[in-house]
Amino acid sequence: MRVLATLLAVVLGIALPALADDLDEASRLLKAGQRDQALERVNRVLAQKSGDPKARFLKGIIFTEQGNTKDAIEIFTKLTQDYPNLPEPYNNLAVIYAGQGQYDKARAALEQSIRTHPSYATAYENLGDVYAKLASQAYDKALQLDKSNAGAQNKLSLVRELVGGPATAVAAAKEPAKPEPAKPAVAAVEKPAAEKPAATPAGDPGEVLKAVNAWAQAWSKKDADAYLASYDKDFKTPGGESRPDWEKARRERIAAPKSIAVAVEQAKVTMQGNDQASVAFRQSYRSDKLKSSSRKILVMTRADGRWLIREEKAAK
Amino acid sequence: MMRKLAFVLALLPVAALAATPEDRLSEVFQAIEANRLDDAMAGVDDLLREHPNFRLAHLVRGDLLLARGRALQTFGNVVKTVPQGKIDALRDEALARLRAKRERPADDSLPRNVLQLNAQQKHVLLVDSRRSRLYVFANEGGLPRYVADYYVTLGKNGIDKTREGDQKTPLGVYHVTANLPRSKLTDFYGAGAFPISYPNEWDKQRGRNGHGIWLHGVPSDVYSRAPRASDGCIVLANSDLQTVAPMLQVGLTPVIIAEEIEWSDARSVEAERGSLAAALEQWRSDWQSRDTARYLTHYSKRFSSGKQNYAAWAEHKRGVNAGKRWIEVGVDNVAMFRYPREGDFVVVTFEQAYRSDSLKNTMRKRQYWIREEGAWKIVYEGAA
Repeated sequence: MRVLATLLAVVLGIALPALADDLDEASRLLKAGQRDQALERVNRVLAQKSGDPKARFLKGIIFTEQGNTKDAIEIFTKLTQDYPNLPEPYNNLAVIYAGQGQYDKARAALEQSIRTHPSYATAYENLGDVYAKLASQAYDKALQLDKSNAGAQNKLSLVRELVGGPATAVAAAKEPAKPEPAKPAVAAVEKPAAEKPAATPAGDPGEVLKAVNAWAQAWSKKDADAYLASYDKDFKTPGGESRPDWEKARRERIAAPKSIAVAVEQAKVTMQGNDQASVAFRQSYRSDKLKSSSRKILVMTRADGRWLIREEKAAK
Repeated sequence: MMRKLAFVLALLPVAALAATPEDRLSEVFQAIEANRLDDAMAGVDDLLREHPNFRLAHLVRGDLLLARGRALQTFGNVVKTVPQGKIDALRDEALARLRAKRERPADDSLPRNVLQLNAQQKHVLLVDSRRSRLYVFANEGGLPRYVADYYVTLGKNGIDKTREGDQKTPLGVYHVTANLPRSKLTDFYGAGAFPISYPNEWDKQRGRNGHGIWLHGVPSDVYSRAPRASDGCIVLANSDLQTVAPMLQVGLTPVIIAEEIEWSDARSVEAERGSLAAALEQWRSDWQSRDTARYLTHYSKRFSSGKQNYAAWAEHKRGVNAGKRWIEVGVDNVAMFRYPREGDFVVVTFEQAYRSDSLKNTMRKRQYWIREEGAWKIVYEGAA
């Protein structure tokens, strides 16, 4: 990774100081989840210096996170053409392709990334995942199985932090935390003090998972207060309804059944920086009225040392 | 397992010019054995470009991809939970294909079953069920010359068909009875279909029934099927069937299905052919002699024509022969095939030209000969 950082400094060390400040700010905004504002800043930089690779790269990441993959692909592709020696744009292209289920394209991009930079660990890690996906597809063809939940579990990491000082590292998704059984999470809830060390230096996937288990536990105990407290104040309600309306509906749904049991299984935590994470898992829900199992993704954010739910969605 | 298979294969000379999909798959295995994984990957990618429905190749490709990230536990290292039977079927196919190459009969060996081909029979097909293999031999002056061999799918429940619906492939000596064009078939039969003569006279005598045993192709969405998957038919890849089809002659081409083909050499085959030919000639000349007692020594006490047992047959022949002043019997265009699994048991088919002072008749005749106490005897005789 150090080799990478030096090289980037050489290649990218052309930004003017003032513009660099704008980029840092954009990067910070993006990390805080304020994508529109981040985009505004980046565009401001690009208005003055349209070819700036850092700014373009960051713009590609913002587009990716906004779900605007078409424009993101265009930006990263152009970067690979203008800076064929940079491995990151290839890597990010690969992540987008993989997200679309285009694993052959993802593989080609990652192999290119590695050819560019044989020591680029993120690309290796991602490539391993892509090979596993391709293998799985090959087996499906061999055995004529239905293609199921393709792309549901992507532990591919998008290189986010090309910009920024010493943290020119990549936000690589590390080994997914082992799913913990729902029960031990009670302990975590009972001693919130332990969760509080505000100075936790880096995002810890284990902490994220504890929060998710606590959420499931509160739900299972039909403890609506604790359940709702798991949600961030900026939580995006699924239907765009107001927070009070949504809370009211949730309280009713939680109160209705005589019993509820929610279990979180096969959880995979992907850290996105220190204060953002997404958790993909299988949620099995059982009440006296209903039994269901579905894949879910919780986008978590850390505020005051607590991991809270920012977004809750069904995984495809 | 994969390494082991590939190792075995590496010992085999692979025909350089032949680039059948199976040969190419073999080369992929060889590359794996030599740890040339990129070559293996390129090979399997090429193969799949041309034969995208070759499921076994997809399985190997899956392994190759997976092997880039982790050590393989087994051949067909499918990670998720899948019906085990499906993987096993592909493994069986891989084994059958590789084993057929490994246990390739020696260049100068001949199938013991083919004692003599008649002049019209251009080819003979032999099926070795244990190897899931079809061997094609050409007729060279009455003796077989190896042409090619192919992977085949046989009955779900194995071999030795006895009754309708048992999903087994019959064992015996048959011939192609029809050529059903593709246009008259559903996609299931692929490139074409050639019914064979099951049940034959011998099957019927033993009360075996069922029908519709065909040689045919595969549906368009697969390259090949598992070794044991048909309802008793012999199933070839469409490209293989298309290669074999022009060699097949309706009413003529023998199809011999054995549990395991016995490989022999030209001298032994010739010795056996000679002993049978001598018996046949003796039968012919004894019939001509009108010495019915001597003529009847060629028939087994277990003889049956389907309508008459030995006693009835003997009585009938005595009556017929007694009224003749002279008989001439010509035997021509003889084919002789040793029957699978029945010991010394041979099917003889020929053209018989019979003339006497009162009758002239030419027919195709079939006899089943068995060796009893060292002498060849006829257990069945009838029109072919």
